[in-house]
Amino acid sequence: MTEEQKQKDEKTANLVQPLLEVQGISKRFPGVVALDNVSLKFMPGEIHAVVGENGAGKSTLMKILAGAYIPDSGNILLKGEKVSFSHPQQAQDEGITIIYQEFNLLPDRTVAQNIFLGREPSKLGIIDIRKLNKNAAELLKEIGVEKMIAPTAMVSSLSVAEQQLVEIAKAISFNAKVLIMDEPTAALTYTEVKLLLDLVQKLKEKGMSVIFISHRLVEVFDFAEKITVLKDGQLVGTVCVKDVKPADVVYMMVGRTLDHYFPPLGKPEDFGDVVLKVTNASNKFLKDISFELRKGEVLGIAGLQGSGRTEMAQAVFGVVPFTSGSLELRGKTMIIKNPATAIKNRIGFVTEDRKSEGILPKQPIRDNMLLTVRSIQSVFGPIFKNGIRKAKKLVPELGKQVDVRTDSYDREVQYLSGGNQQKVVLAKWLASDADIFIFDEPTRGIDVEAKASIHDMIRDLTKKGIAVLMISSELPEIIGMSDRVLVMWDGHIEGELPAKSSEPEIMLMATGGKHIKETQDVLAAGKE
Amino acid sequence: MTTTTLKQPSKFLQILKTIWNGIKRVPAVYYIFFGIFIVLGLLSPTYQSANGIMAFLRRTSPLAILAIGEMIVLSTGGYDLSIGSIVTLVVLGSSLLLNNDPTMMPTAIWTMLALGLLIGLVNGFVVSYLKIPSFIATLGMMLLVKGGALYWVGGAPRGYLTENWRDFGRGYFENIPLIERFPYALAILLVLALVTYFIYHRSNFGKQILAIGDNVRASQLSGVRVRLVRMIAFVISSLFAVIGGIMIGGFGGVNVTIGEGLEMQTIAACVVGGVLLGGGKGSVMNVIFGAFTMEAIFNLLNLLGLPKPYKDAVQGLIIIAAVAYVALSTRKKK
Repeated sequence: MTEEQKQKDEKTANLVQPLLEVQGISKRFPGVVALDNVSLKFMPGEIHAVVGENGAGKSTLMKILAGAYIPDSGNILLKGEKVSFSHPQQAQDEGITIIYQEFNLLPDRTVAQNIFLGREPSKLGIIDIRKLNKNAAELLKEIGVEKMIAPTAMVSSLSVAEQQLVEIAKAISFNAKVLIMDEPTAALTYTEVKLLLDLVQKLKEKGMSVIFISHRLVEVFDFAEKITVLKDGQLVGTVCVKDVKPADVVYMMVGRTLDHYFPPLGKPEDFGDVVLKVTNASNKFLKDISFELRKGEVLGIAGLQGSGRTEMAQAVFGVVPFTSGSLELRGKTMIIKNPATAIKNRIGFVTEDRKSEGILPKQPIRDNMLLTVRSIQSVFGPIFKNGIRKAKKLVPELGKQVDVRTDSYDREVQYLSGGNQQKVVLAKWLASDADIFIFDEPTRGIDVEAKASIHDMIRDLTKKGIAVLMISSELPEIIGMSDRVLVMWDGHIEGELPAKSSEPEIMLMATGGKHIKETQDVLAAGKE
Repeated sequence: MTTTTLKQPSKFLQILKTIWNGIKRVPAVYYIFFGIFIVLGLLSPTYQSANGIMAFLRRTSPLAILAIGEMIVLSTGGYDLSIGSIVTLVVLGSSLLLNNDPTMMPTAIWTMLALGLLIGLVNGFVVSYLKIPSFIATLGMMLLVKGGALYWVGGAPRGYLTENWRDFGRGYFENIPLIERFPYALAILLVLALVTYFIYHRSNFGKQILAIGDNVRASQLSGVRVRLVRMIAFVISSLFAVIGGIMIGGFGGVNVTIGEGLEMQTIAACVVGGVLLGGGKGSVMNVIFGAFTMEAIFNLLNLLGLPKPYKDAVQGLIIIAAVAYVALSTRKKK
């Protein structure tokens, strides 16, 4: 690109008024600042990607633009005029349409019915089906997919990509000027992505602004002209694709100071035998998973949302078992077909969603802690086995071990703080004598102090020879805790990194950036 | 509160506070029951004598037994609507089997228990394995059992219940000091209550029932065999309904509507006894008193001379009021 062209581009950019603009938008949720004084401009005929780590504030920003959230402060300008939306309908009326990752289509109705849902053309109060289908056909032709999708096809019979096209057709039928897409390519195959790309180009030529959120840098660089990077709710910057390399964007996405102390990592002599070995294992979410887990180590699993981290934990724990490949537990090949088998084989799983998968909210701390012990005994077994008498000693022991702050173990778990609830969950697995622990987001949604104590606790477990598999979205946590890091992308293990790897290294793998050849070179150069 | 205000009148206030806290800790069902019972006593001399009280307890015991069984299913987060029909089945079927021959009693009991076991297993299977919501599954079973029972006896009650059979429900241990007589029914209730107390409050199985009622997903991920536990819960409920049915045969006549509405009465008793609909909480003692409360309310309505439709309406009101009370009080706590 010549200097001249560049200047010309900038000139036109300055001339054209932004289609949509946000000024100093902030949004707080209890305990988190989701967006902090973010200002952004979206030009007409521009494809604009918004990227960032999990929790960077991308989705919040999109929801504010679409009227689903109301910002605490700041302005939204549409064609230079100030607007405020208190309902998604208002945003839609103004021409801002959002397509969520989970589509809002009714599966058992036709394409045409979905597109014109609630706005069906009618004659004397009766829906004019012929006109409905005709309008839909025109719309589908407009976006050039009339050969792929018939207006009378049932939505449930369409592929994910086709459903997305229907969503886009629907958006256009609202005369959308701004189209927001949340992870549009997450569930698409390569050819489908190409198709979407062509369509987005067409929309762009019509003067629409297309904004999309993505975790995949490859596609961001294929699709977008501009990239905005958010981090921890703040705007890092907006760059033109042609001016930057993927590695630059990765550096913008990560890189912050560690804000709390982590216990020291394990030393080589702490690591023992391999306790869990997975070889070429797959199921419908996962492809060709192979890794080894040693006694006394913390194996960090990094990856963005939807990369298959949780699915991998669930496969190892028998929730959604592997369907092919092999799994060796302490040297013995076996099939873990359900959680009960996993627990009997001394695997513990501290789940991601504590509320819905971890605690029994209305039961006392005592019964929460003893649940695993109870469940692996025979239902018909002796009534007193491990009932009252042993529990009397076991519960306070566990409570002390995990440091639950409570006046009584008869207190219902729902009245404890998040950190204390997490400790109770931990105690439950200590009670079952697990020596392989899987942590899925162990410190999500708990305060800094409790976080540190859970990190210490995880490290203490490894000192006792327990092997830990730790999934986390928080890169500092991954780096601070892991003796090795596996990075997942797109349902498989993208690569393994040693302890103390940098955030950019991990993020590059996690976004699939490895697949962009030049990025590797840049990163290699940066290392030297 | 500051320290100064605590100082002077504190002793007396503190004692009051402790008493008040103690009062608050006792579940509401006990206050309601004794309140109503005192009113009953004031209105009718029957409820002032030991004999009258024993007769009341005798009448109530079958409902209490049904309620304990229902509580087990409610605690898993389900419903069992088939128990009223099971009572009908037991009364109709046993009168046919016995046919005025006292020696047939053991056969009849075993047959009924076997039928109860079968119904419970089918309920449990349909709910846990076919994943039909228990409300619908047991509603279907309610019609199926009732229809089946009528078909079995040929459309109208046949045969007679023998004296030895009827004694389970209406007999007494005689010549007991102080209280004169002690009903068999109450003795059966006490034994079953004790057994259930240990299963429900003290055993691993009981804790797993509460666990799945509280959070199925978390229980499953902690290794609880959810389907098995649910099956057993339905079996217990059906077996208790059979036992209740045997006792109810003791004082009601043999008729085809004898079990009608019992499922709603027991659910009301459970709710009044503090069982959470949706699962996760319950208490054997409180549920027994819940059943007593329901019976006391019905007796009160009788004494006031209100006809039967009022009974149904009041029952509906009680269920709604009790559930609303629980919802409001837990919201306040949070």
